[in-house]
Amino acid sequence: MKSDRPRGRTIRVDHLARVEGEGGLYIKVKGSQVLEVKLNIFEPPRFFEAFLRGRDFREAPDITARICGICPVAYQMSAVHALENALGVQVGGALRNLRRLLYCGEWIESHALHVTLLHAPDFLGYPDGIRMAREHPQAVRRGLGLKKAGNEIVTVLGGREIHPINVRVGGFYRVPSRQELQPLEEKLKRARDAALEMVRWTAKLNFPELEQSYEFVTLRHPTEYPLNEGRIVSSSGLDISAAEYEDHFAEEQAPHSNALHSTLRGRAAYLVGPLARYNLNFERLSPLAREAARAAGLGPTCRNPFQSIVVRSVEILYACDEALRLISEYEPPERAFVEVEPRPSSGAACTEAPRGLLYHRYRIAADGSIVEAKIVPPTSQNQKTIEGDLLSFVESHLGLAKDELQASCEQVVRNYDPCISCATHFLTLELEKD
Amino acid sequence: MEIDQEKKLVIGIGAESRGDDAVGLLVARRLRGKTPAGVTIREATGHIAAFIEDWDRASAVFLVDAARSGSAPGTLHRIDVAEKALPSKGLRWSTHGAGIGEAVELARALGRLPRRLTIYGIEGKSFEAGKPLSMEAERGARLAVDAILQELTRDERGRCTGGV
Repeated sequence: MKSDRPRGRTIRVDHLARVEGEGGLYIKVKGSQVLEVKLNIFEPPRFFEAFLRGRDFREAPDITARICGICPVAYQMSAVHALENALGVQVGGALRNLRRLLYCGEWIESHALHVTLLHAPDFLGYPDGIRMAREHPQAVRRGLGLKKAGNEIVTVLGGREIHPINVRVGGFYRVPSRQELQPLEEKLKRARDAALEMVRWTAKLNFPELEQSYEFVTLRHPTEYPLNEGRIVSSSGLDISAAEYEDHFAEEQAPHSNALHSTLRGRAAYLVGPLARYNLNFERLSPLAREAARAAGLGPTCRNPFQSIVVRSVEILYACDEALRLISEYEPPERAFVEVEPRPSSGAACTEAPRGLLYHRYRIAADGSIVEAKIVPPTSQNQKTIEGDLLSFVESHLGLAKDELQASCEQVVRNYDPCISCATHFLTLELEKD
Repeated sequence: MEIDQEKKLVIGIGAESRGDDAVGLLVARRLRGKTPAGVTIREATGHIAAFIEDWDRASAVFLVDAARSGSAPGTLHRIDVAEKALPSKGLRWSTHGAGIGEAVELARALGRLPRRLTIYGIEGKSFEAGKPLSMEAERGARLAVDAILQELTRDERGRCTGGV
């Protein structure tokens, strides 16, 4: 039978829309074979690791927060934990819980923005969130309301909603009173109801078929759904501390990307982020979040990356639930921070940014100046996996028309909520036939 | 103070470390303490989608941002957008992730446009990272502060005398 499928074609998306930052996409197909898949990250290098050298260790949380306007708390948290590990300081009790609460706020705002304005339009067939809002105003109002609730947590604890200024090595500059946290309770109860509706809403979307055998990598804590602490575990049996991260993970330069590609040494690509957290920590979710996930048809394992939109909604629900728990149990600590004295040392930590595992390592001198810094963000770790998803998806959907295939490929990338930086660009497409 | 009590909202938009892109924030700071009662001043540096939440609870919203249209740096633009879409050509607003145009259209789609929505754009000269505000944008900021105060005061007078 003669196929009407073009013998060769190239999908080139110069600027990916609805992602955080500047990236493009290039896929070359010949017959039924996908010859090349490249996620191009051409956001210029930003040299943060070099900026940090020579700066006082106490500046690291505020300098690294500037890496991202969407997830500054993640950078602050990985920085303070790594430096406290270096200096042998333990931060527990109410201070630890406040950090967890702050992180909940960031998860809620970051996930709500992605689910509503960046990802949902793909499933409902709109080119952007604005056009989707005209026909689905209720869903967009709900998403923006959730984002606002997350922002309010970050504002109360961090001093402002973007690039908070209240986090320091050892704790906070100032801790809130119970009265200051109390107004958040009512808002978070409403947000929790909205998150539950969001889970139900996303569960009804149509998910393209794609099941991948990922190696999931996430933090795992003995009792909590992971945010600030835990061992690094994988679905293939990895179980290490953050101090061992560089023994097991490697970064390599790819000519087509300004972000380094990460691999598990001796293995291959791996996946970090909501799907990994969910699959390896399902039983650590709150009962309400577990029940909502089951009702949404997810079950304890989910390997379809398109369903990450449901998993993110479940994580929003969990973060609202967890934030309410933390607020109800809050007793202000006597001191806002633990005293930290510099000494020659080095330390590493991972925390769970909204997009996945975020690794920081610092070496500091006797005077507290930073000698060396290393930062591995989640999007850089997921690059190879995104390319793997694109390869599998295109191979199994070659019969799709040009526009549909291209739109689906962009959706595959957006499944990961890649945070390349903080700008949105318009899309241009070239499709070339051999 | 809860936004429900507010009548008017002035939002200065900008990025602190990108030269003239900070001008909206500067205008907001200079307006603090000078406006009539019932006016709330805000600074916005993040995703603009977050604060359109409150627009429909205000009788008037003023947005202040840097603009690039090819006019002389420091020029003050004023556009009333409650009734029509922002011009897609001729003015390019701000360097932020989601621009004013998108926020306005999103608010319109959600039925959240206030009765009055006015945009003040100050033509910038340089948007280079790490650069200070240019003298021209500084001049534009002064013009914007005066114009917004005049508009707010005129409204207040109209309200006190029963006028419109």
